[in-house]
Amino acid sequence: MKPAPFTYHTPASAEEAVELIARFGPEDGRILAGGQSLVPTMAFRMARPAHLIDINGISEFAALAVTGETLSIGACVRHAAFDSDAVPGATGALLRKVVQNIAHYPIRTRGTFCGSVVNADPASEWCCVMATLDGQVVARSQRGTRRIAAADFYQGIMTTDLQEDELVVACELPILPPNTRSGFVEFSRRKGDFAVAMALVTYRLSDGEMIEPRVGIGGAESHARRITEAEDTLRGRAPGPEVFAQAAEAAAAACDPIEDINNTADYRRGLVRTLVQRSLENAA
Amino acid sequence: MTAKPTSWIGASVERLEDGPLLRGRGCFAGDVSFPRQLHMRVVRSPYAHGLLKRVDCSAALALPGVVAIWTAEDIADLPPIDFREGPNEKLAPFRQTVLAKDRVRYVGEPVAAVFAEDPYIAEDAADLVDVTIEELDAIVDASLAPSEFASGLTTEPTACRQGYGDIEKALSQSSTIVEIDVSIGRHSGVPLETRGAVGRYDAARDVLELHGAAKVPHRNRESLSRMLGRSPAGLHLFEGHVGGGFGVRGEIYPEDILVLVAAMRLQRPVKWLEDRREHMIAANHSRQQRHRIRAAVDAQGRLLGIDDEFFHDQGAYIRTHGTRVADMACGILPGPYRLPHFRVNGHFRLTNKTPAATYRSPGRYETNFVRERLMDAIARRLGISRIEVRRRNLIAPDEMPYERPLVALGDEVVLDSGQYEALLNMALARFAWDKAERECQDRRRRGEYVGLGVAMYVEKSGLGPTDGVRVNVHTTGDVEVVTGGASVGQGFETVIAQVCAEGLGVDYRQIRVIHGRTDRIEYGIGAHATRATVMTANATAVAAGKVRAKALAMAAQLLQAEATDLTITEGNVVRADGSGASISLAEIAHHLRPTSQTRGQREPGLCADGWFTTAHMTYPYGVQLAKVKLDEGTGAVHVEKMLIAFDVGRAINPMLVRGQLVGGFAQGLGGALFEEFQFDERGQPLCVTLADYLIPTAHDVPDVDVLIAEEAPSTCNPLGIKGAGEGGIAAVGAVIASAVDDALGGKGEITQLPIKPQTVKALIDARRG
Amino acid sequence: MTSKREITLHINEREFRVVVEPRRTLCDVIRDDCGQTGTHIGCEHGVCGACTVLVDGDPVRSCLMFAVQADGRHIRTIEGLADGEKLHPMQEEFARHHALQCGFCTPGFLMLAVGALEKNPDMNDEEIVDLLSSNLCRCTGYENIIKAVRAAAVVMKARA
Repeated sequence: MKPAPFTYHTPASAEEAVELIARFGPEDGRILAGGQSLVPTMAFRMARPAHLIDINGISEFAALAVTGETLSIGACVRHAAFDSDAVPGATGALLRKVVQNIAHYPIRTRGTFCGSVVNADPASEWCCVMATLDGQVVARSQRGTRRIAAADFYQGIMTTDLQEDELVVACELPILPPNTRSGFVEFSRRKGDFAVAMALVTYRLSDGEMIEPRVGIGGAESHARRITEAEDTLRGRAPGPEVFAQAAEAAAAACDPIEDINNTADYRRGLVRTLVQRSLENAA
Repeated sequence: MTAKPTSWIGASVERLEDGPLLRGRGCFAGDVSFPRQLHMRVVRSPYAHGLLKRVDCSAALALPGVVAIWTAEDIADLPPIDFREGPNEKLAPFRQTVLAKDRVRYVGEPVAAVFAEDPYIAEDAADLVDVTIEELDAIVDASLAPSEFASGLTTEPTACRQGYGDIEKALSQSSTIVEIDVSIGRHSGVPLETRGAVGRYDAARDVLELHGAAKVPHRNRESLSRMLGRSPAGLHLFEGHVGGGFGVRGEIYPEDILVLVAAMRLQRPVKWLEDRREHMIAANHSRQQRHRIRAAVDAQGRLLGIDDEFFHDQGAYIRTHGTRVADMACGILPGPYRLPHFRVNGHFRLTNKTPAATYRSPGRYETNFVRERLMDAIARRLGISRIEVRRRNLIAPDEMPYERPLVALGDEVVLDSGQYEALLNMALARFAWDKAERECQDRRRRGEYVGLGVAMYVEKSGLGPTDGVRVNVHTTGDVEVVTGGASVGQGFETVIAQVCAEGLGVDYRQIRVIHGRTDRIEYGIGAHATRATVMTANATAVAAGKVRAKALAMAAQLLQAEATDLTITEGNVVRADGSGASISLAEIAHHLRPTSQTRGQREPGLCADGWFTTAHMTYPYGVQLAKVKLDEGTGAVHVEKMLIAFDVGRAINPMLVRGQLVGGFAQGLGGALFEEFQFDERGQPLCVTLADYLIPTAHDVPDVDVLIAEEAPSTCNPLGIKGAGEGGIAAVGAVIASAVDDALGGKGEITQLPIKPQTVKALIDARRG
Repeated sequence: MTSKREITLHINEREFRVVVEPRRTLCDVIRDDCGQTGTHIGCEHGVCGACTVLVDGDPVRSCLMFAVQADGRHIRTIEGLADGEKLHPMQEEFARHHALQCGFCTPGFLMLAVGALEKNPDMNDEEIVDLLSSNLCRCTGYENIIKAVRAAAVVMKARA
């Protein structure tokens, strides 16, 4: 399973990278960041990019920084970066919970947050995070920079709004208020496998009632999204098993699950119910 | 490594094999390279069934670095791949040709072979080979009526039938008939190392070499020499390190033939390495059977008769094993139970899938599942405990040797020895079964889905009839044991060295064990069917005994003593009472060398051949117990507790025995919960990567309690060994199904392996709703 | 177009200057161009971990990296674990605990475990199992690998 031939480019700056993607993007050019998703597809020759633009040498892409209310995650920030105290507060705690579920240790060493976001696999944990927290994708091209809301970015299974000549230079997440509780649970056949379904929830308590609830599901539909029906069930109510069950039921009813040879839509629906319930129970 | 144990046999010593492997100095097929070698890449059918119209190699041949591309025409003189047991006229039309001719019958079937300067170019070229196939309907269900294999031939080449007694009478006379319909999913060994073969023609000596061989080098040499029309003396196989066999590796496949023929015709060595995707679609599959089985029982649950009809999904062709797996299933199905009447009718069916053959505990993993599900069903029908129903049917020790009028592996089934009930009791006590039952009841009352499973089984090993080794002591004192055995990673060298060490009185680390080399010994049985420890170890004991006798006779002369007063310890011949001088084996070897003045009339060399012959296979046996918990929200199965109790007769190296049992267990767990080769209705394989064929990881394998019993040594060989290679895997499908079923209320709803979370969840939801 | 590049790989503190196409994987170049065949290929799609090596101290699946990406980097493979004839504690514990049978997955497990423990000597049992579930073994059932790594972690920490 050897890849097909390609021309290899190593831009030294973001500008150079943007130039290259402008030129080669329309000619079957791909970005190489972590490579943990791209290279296997190249090994199977399902992907045969004529040009590979390796952005690992661009130092500004390694930046993981908080500016005001925004966490900016550069294009080459690895999954492993989130398994640490690098990001403080409730946001960091949420990311740390999620990262434990991503693939395996060596994959997390190389794979990138932004790469996963762009790859848009329905089972991507970071896509679920982006969708649930209303993250933004920062895409640069020779025409300029645009910020795309997660809800607009994801259009279908491994389909996004990213244009051929655009390069994602960073993703942005909101810094969550300090007392935000978060819970994340996913289900896969073996730990580290592609998730069959996952749920991410956040909320704060105000006078014992849940406010600013977010309920996002991933893996179950063609792309991750917030389920407002479930959020509505939680808003203004005290946390407890019955409320959680109602939210879980609402999420299950609202979702439109995908099917595959091992998992029917009904089964995924049941998983959504289970996982939303459990992530609410676990939220801390 | 600490002090020398009192006996090498029974000692858990570290392995001789480990040194090179730990240092990255192993020589697996991929590590074998010769100057000027070409790389082969196989072009494979993308359709499961079709008429092969045209293979256009022109674009591929134009690629720089491509030396040749062959299709069936280029090797028209080669016969199809024959059966290991020898020619079989009835089954012959269903053999696989080296490259597809006229018709393709499974996705992955070799259609052309590219030979190029490097593997990347070879793959580029393979992509450019244009294959035109007229797609035909594919058969993917072996239990449907047969259709056409080729003109005049159906997809049911034969039936595998065995039986004894009068089953119709037993069925008609019984008031209780219990019937189930159960299936095992298609899965296989899937070793970490994919297949590989390097063919080399040594023109100077007129010897054709195959490197990367495994499992049965001597037998394969015979088959290959017949196929190629070459004298065996001019064909040698070389086994280096092997990354797991499990039955799948070591059979003769088309690629082995191709590298050999290409090496001769292209006059350059030819190297072929399978990639993972190829492995999943081209290396032998296994296990897929569907059984409709019924038992006639009396009011106490005693078996009066079993009637089984099964459908064996063989895949596209009959490969080297012929109908062995289905035959085995027939012969071994009754397990450890008394069974007065029996009939089994196995429909041996071809489908448009990767061909199937043996995988560790072949025919037994399947039938253990089937039979033990049946026993659970009987228990349920009669309201008897699952333990009790088994107890009532177990063959007792005083009935041994127990002859069952069935044939397995060409051998009549004679259960040589077994303390089945005693092992059951040991296992139940060790597991604390009664306490576990009470605990499960408590937890169920609190709403948990927990259950216990039980499975009893008989394995087979020590397939003879004969094996021989040569033991030689060099004048340096180093010992060499030349065997016709093979190593697939199980610790063969260490075990043989331990037996030789014990027989000779030397440290096992002084001993070098040769295997997998047809050029070092004329005859060999390889390593499969758990026979190496039984056969080769016993032959080693015989040879070592002869060398010992020679050494003592020579020493007696040199030391002026009686041979009976002497013994050998740590490589030295000494008086048993500790007095007087000693003489090393090295010195004795020196005295026995051909030019020695002191040798006299004695045969030169401190060396002997030893042969061991056995009349029958031997039958180790076991009990597996499990406790599982089901996640009612996801359907996932969690194994909380697991016990394997297995009687090996005698354990030469308990640490290695345990390794075999636990390793086998992990594979069995894979077949029970995770692994399956799935196909769509057009015969397209859907599990071609390790991301969709799920092998258990460290996370998935629970702690396993292993009870190695030596209560019933084999009566078939002096060392009493029964072998453990297949004892871990054999009943895992059975015991996990039993436990999951119990957790769901014990209604017999688990009828298929692998048990999927979706299935479990649906059953749980049905219970609740 | 897909022209070869000259790169330098530092493997086990030896310098290898090779000329390779960009599409050659790091694994293939380590094995075929640099002759270090201890690193094994089990799947070529990043799942089994048999190809694990350390790149600048990090455990990496060498089948998922192109050799050109490792230009100038420091790579450690199984051949560099032992100190001459003296085995690394991880290797010793693997032998002691019978943590290998066929040995094919072993280089990947050794490099994974050594790399991870060097970065975090305080890994607890749960983290060790989690780490080891990264790689596949088909022979051992993992029990002995886990025991060996636990034992080696203790030795490595004591020597640090």
